[in-house]
Amino acid sequence: MTVQHDSSVYEQIQSGEQFQELRRRYRSWAFPMTVAFLAWYLLYVVLSGFARGFMGTKLFGNINVALVFGILQFVSTFLIAWAYSRHASAKLDPLADELRHDVEERAQ
Amino acid sequence: MSHETLSTILFLLFVAGTLAITFWASRHTRSATDFYAGGRSFSGVQNGLAIGGDYMSAASFLGIAGIIALSGYDGFLYSIGFLVAWLVALLLVAELMRNSGKYTMADVLAFRMSPRPVRTAAGVSTIVVSIFYLLAQMVGAGALVGLLLGVTSQAGKIWTIIGVGLLMIVYVVFGGMKGTTWVQIVKAVMLMTGAALITLLVLGKYGFNLSGLLGDAATQSGKGAKFLIPGLKYGTEAQGTWGKIDLISLGLALVLGTAGLPHILIRFYTVPTAREARKSVLWGIGIIGVFYLLTLVLGFGAAALVGHGKIDKSGNTAAPLLADEIGRQIFGDVGGTILLAVIAAVAFATILAVVAGLTLASSSSFAHDLYAHVFKRGQVTEGQELVVARIAAFVIGAVAIALSVFAQSLNVAFLVSLAFAVAASGNLPAILYSLFWRRFNTAGAVAAIYGGLVSAVVLVIFSPVVSGAETSVFPDVDFHLLPLSNPGIFSIPIGFLCGYLGTVLSKEYNASKYAEIEVRSLTGVGAEKATSL
Repeated sequence: MTVQHDSSVYEQIQSGEQFQELRRRYRSWAFPMTVAFLAWYLLYVVLSGFARGFMGTKLFGNINVALVFGILQFVSTFLIAWAYSRHASAKLDPLADELRHDVEERAQ
Repeated sequence: MSHETLSTILFLLFVAGTLAITFWASRHTRSATDFYAGGRSFSGVQNGLAIGGDYMSAASFLGIAGIIALSGYDGFLYSIGFLVAWLVALLLVAELMRNSGKYTMADVLAFRMSPRPVRTAAGVSTIVVSIFYLLAQMVGAGALVGLLLGVTSQAGKIWTIIGVGLLMIVYVVFGGMKGTTWVQIVKAVMLMTGAALITLLVLGKYGFNLSGLLGDAATQSGKGAKFLIPGLKYGTEAQGTWGKIDLISLGLALVLGTAGLPHILIRFYTVPTAREARKSVLWGIGIIGVFYLLTLVLGFGAAALVGHGKIDKSGNTAAPLLADEIGRQIFGDVGGTILLAVIAAVAFATILAVVAGLTLASSSSFAHDLYAHVFKRGQVTEGQELVVARIAAFVIGAVAIALSVFAQSLNVAFLVSLAFAVAASGNLPAILYSLFWRRFNTAGAVAAIYGGLVSAVVLVIFSPVVSGAETSVFPDVDFHLLPLSNPGIFSIPIGFLCGYLGTVLSKEYNASKYAEIEVRSLTGVGAEKATSL
C-alpha cells in the first residue's frame, strides 16, 4: 500500500540539493539523448524519402548505403539502451536509493 | 498428413497449453493488483519477453516480412520505427511510470490533476486505441485462416474471428494480467524460435552471404536495384512530395506512438521495481531488435526463394510460403509441411497474445478509470471493480468480434498505424507533460488527449485511406481532402500544442502534487509494491 506522506516532505525533498542533483543527472542525459536519437532517426527517414540516389550507392556487393544506414539504426538503438542502463545504475540508482531511504525515515 | 492438419494440431496444443496456464493463473488471481498487474511479481526478463510477445503482432511478423518480400527495402524501413520507438519508452517513460502509477495509464495523469475529467479522457483514448488495434488484428486473423489453413468460405472466416475473440476473452476474464503475460511469454519464445530457425536455414542456403541473398531477391523481384532502396511502397516517386511527407509522417507516428500505447504502458506495472521495468525494456529492445533483423532475412528470403508470383497481394503469406519452400529444399516435402505448419501455428499464437493484451488494457481502463473513479467517484470495493473489469473484457471482446465480422471485407490494415498516431498525438504529450512539466494541469491534459485523438481520427477520415482510392475502406466514394494517409505530422504537433494551450489558458495547477510525483517518479518513494510470490 502507498504510504501517505505530508506533501511538504516532498516539496522539501524536491528543493533539496540532493534531489536537484539527481534530477539534473537524469534530465541532462535523457533529454539531449532523446533529441539526438530522434534527429538521427528522422535524418534516416528523410533521406529515405528525398535522397534515394545516395541511399542506393553500393558499398560492397549488393550492400548499399540504405541497408547500412538501417542497420546502424539498430546498432545505435542497442548502444543507447546499453549506455542508459550503465548511466542509470552508476549515476542515478545510488542517489535515488539514498533519497528514498531519507524520505522513508522522515515518514516514520 | 497435410500441413493444414498439422498446423491445426500444433495450434490446438498452444491453445490447450495457454488454457492450462490461464486456469493456473485464475487460481492465483485474487486482488486487483493480481488482475491488473500480475501481482507485480514478474521478473525483468519475463516481462521483457512479454513485451516482445505483446508488441510483435502478426502485422509485424507476417506483415513486415510480406512488405519486404513484395516491396523490398521499404518493409525494413517500416520495422525500424517500431524499434527506435522503444528508446522513448526506456529513457522517458517506463521507470517513471512504474514509480508513480498503479494499474492504468490514467493513474499517472490523475495523480496531480482533477481525476474525473482526466480519467475520462484517458479511458476514452485507451479504449479507442485498443479497439482500433484489435480490429486490425482480428480481421487479419480472418484473412490468415483462409491463406494458411485453406479455409476460404465466408463462414470459415467468421468462425475464426469468433474463435479468436472467445479465446482472448477467456484469457483475460480468467487469467487477468498473470495469464495474459504468460501467454505472451510463450508466444514470444515460439515466435523467436520459429523466425530464427527459418532465418538460419535461409542464410545457410546462401552460405551466410547476405549480399548474395539480396542480389537474388532483387533479381527475382524484377525490380533490380530499386528493390534494395526505399520507395517502392512508401512515398513512391509517382506520389510526389506529398507521398514523401506521408512517409515522414508514418515514421513520426511509429517512433513516438509506442510509448503512448496503453497495452504497452501497463506492462511496466507487472514488475516489482522501476529497475526491473528498466531491465524489462532492455530485454524487450534486444528481443524486438533481433526479431526485426530476422524479419529482414525472412522478407528478402521470400522474395528470392518463393518469388512474387506465389505470394498473395497483402504479402501475409510470404513468411509461411518461405518456410514451406526452404523446408522442402533442405529436408524434402515432409520438412516443408512441418515448417509451414509450425509458422502458421506461430502466427495464430501471435495474434492471440496480442489481442489478449489489448483486451486487458481496455477493460482495465474501463473498470479502474471510468467505472470506479468517474461513475462511482472511488466509492467502490476492489471486488466490485474486478467484476466490472471482467464484464468489460467480455463486452469489449464481443464488440470487437461484431465489428471485425462487419469489417472483414474492408481494408482495415491502416488501423494499426492509426492506433500509433493516436497514441503519439494524444497520450504521449499528456504523459510527458505530466511527468516533466511543473505547470501542467487538468485542462492541458484533457486538451492534449482529445486534441490529439480527434485530429488524428479526423485527418484519417478525410484521407485517401478512407475514401477516394482503390485501396480505400470505401473505394466507391470520394470525400478525401488531404493526400496524406498518415496524420502524425499534423496531429502530433496539434496534440502537444493543445496540451500547451490548455495549460496556459487555465490558472489551476498543483505545485505540491507535482513535487510529490516528481520525487516519487525519480526515487521510487511510495511506489506500489509487489504483492504475490
